[in-house]
Amino acid sequence: MIDPIEQFHLNKIFTIGHIGNQEIAFTTSSAYMLLAVVIISVMMLAAGRQLVPGRFQSVVELSYEFVANTIRTSAGSHGMTFFPLVFSLFMFIFVSNIVGIIPYTFTISSHIIVTFALALLVFLTVIIYGFYKNGLKFFKLFVPSGIPVVIMPLVVVIEIISFFSRPISHSVRLFANMLAGHVTLKVFASFVTMLGALGFVGKVGALLPLGLTVALTGLELMVAFLQAYVFTILTCIYLNDAIHPGH
Amino acid sequence: MAESHGVAKGGEAKGTASAHTEAEGGHGFPPFQKETFPSQIASLVIAFVALYVIVSRVALPKVGAVIDARQKSIDGDLAEAQRLKDESEAAIKAYESELAAARSRAQAIGAETREKLAASSDAERKALEESLAAKLAAAETSIATTRTTAMSNVRGIAADAASAIVKQLTGKAPAAKTVEAAVDASLKGTA
Repeated sequence: MIDPIEQFHLNKIFTIGHIGNQEIAFTTSSAYMLLAVVIISVMMLAAGRQLVPGRFQSVVELSYEFVANTIRTSAGSHGMTFFPLVFSLFMFIFVSNIVGIIPYTFTISSHIIVTFALALLVFLTVIIYGFYKNGLKFFKLFVPSGIPVVIMPLVVVIEIISFFSRPISHSVRLFANMLAGHVTLKVFASFVTMLGALGFVGKVGALLPLGLTVALTGLELMVAFLQAYVFTILTCIYLNDAIHPGH
Repeated sequence: MAESHGVAKGGEAKGTASAHTEAEGGHGFPPFQKETFPSQIASLVIAFVALYVIVSRVALPKVGAVIDARQKSIDGDLAEAQRLKDESEAAIKAYESELAAARSRAQAIGAETREKLAASSDAERKALEESLAAKLAAAETSIATTRTTAMSNVRGIAADAASAIVKQLTGKAPAAKTVEAAVDASLKGTA
């Protein structure tokens, strides 16, 4: 049986340095992060400036408009302050998810620490910008309007708990989806090789998991986009709280 | 779908199981290996900051400028098209009003000319008629004069002839007065 977990192993490529006693290593994950940055940068910077865009320029402009529209619809025009942040998040997650589907590659977002760090970035941005922009009015976020005074304490407690569990749900959603998808793909793909080793009957039987692997790859492509989009739209909704608390 | 889900859960379960069994060996389930966290966070910070700087400083302004320029040029072209359309409509309106003015002017000129011609031909005819009437009157006068002259001549001749005839017949010349009275009476009778 091929180990479906092996694909998530981090291999140290070289050591960058030490912080205290902790070794900071350049790993597979670092390499794929840089690859994602390079892909996005090259794509964005190599796009033409034609009045009538070609295919490549269209892709770049579509992603620009897509993220811009997502922000405008869920966080209002004020949300465009965070356009670079949201665009970076979306493209980073999307590109690394798509790259991760290619066999033998590594998926950055299949590690909880990465998705948690990104979710924490959004969470801290919301808190810092929320207090910077609204001052103490930011606490209105925990006090919804039109709630009877009697149940107000309960509602406030629930709001606070849900606010502080945001980075967890935000990060685990992306992590779990990518992890589960890749494990599933690997398991089905390993069925193909296992059955294939069992002679002619096995080879015929291997067609079913092979077909499923192909279908799952398609599904994973969709999940790769969808989870990047979900992460982005949740970011926009959380940022909306920082811009307009008390809604 | 349900099938794949089950397998996914199985995979995860297996993963966590292996994490538990291999925890002592320093391996475990890779996403939960705490010793990799500092390295991953460090590289994520470096990569994401680099991406953010590139995206916010270079990439988005560039793409945004291209999109804005396109929007501006489309708006400009539409405005230009509208302006040209308005211009051509104004030109058509001006042409039509000019045409109408020219037509009414032509009609006015035609009517004027017609009236002038009619007036002058009327005047000519009147003058002609007048001159004809004058000639006719002159002719009539001259005829009357001639006739009077002729008649007076006839009277003298008749008186002379009557006096001569009477002299021949009677041998004696009658009184001129008597002869003239007789001639007059006879002229009257014949007239």
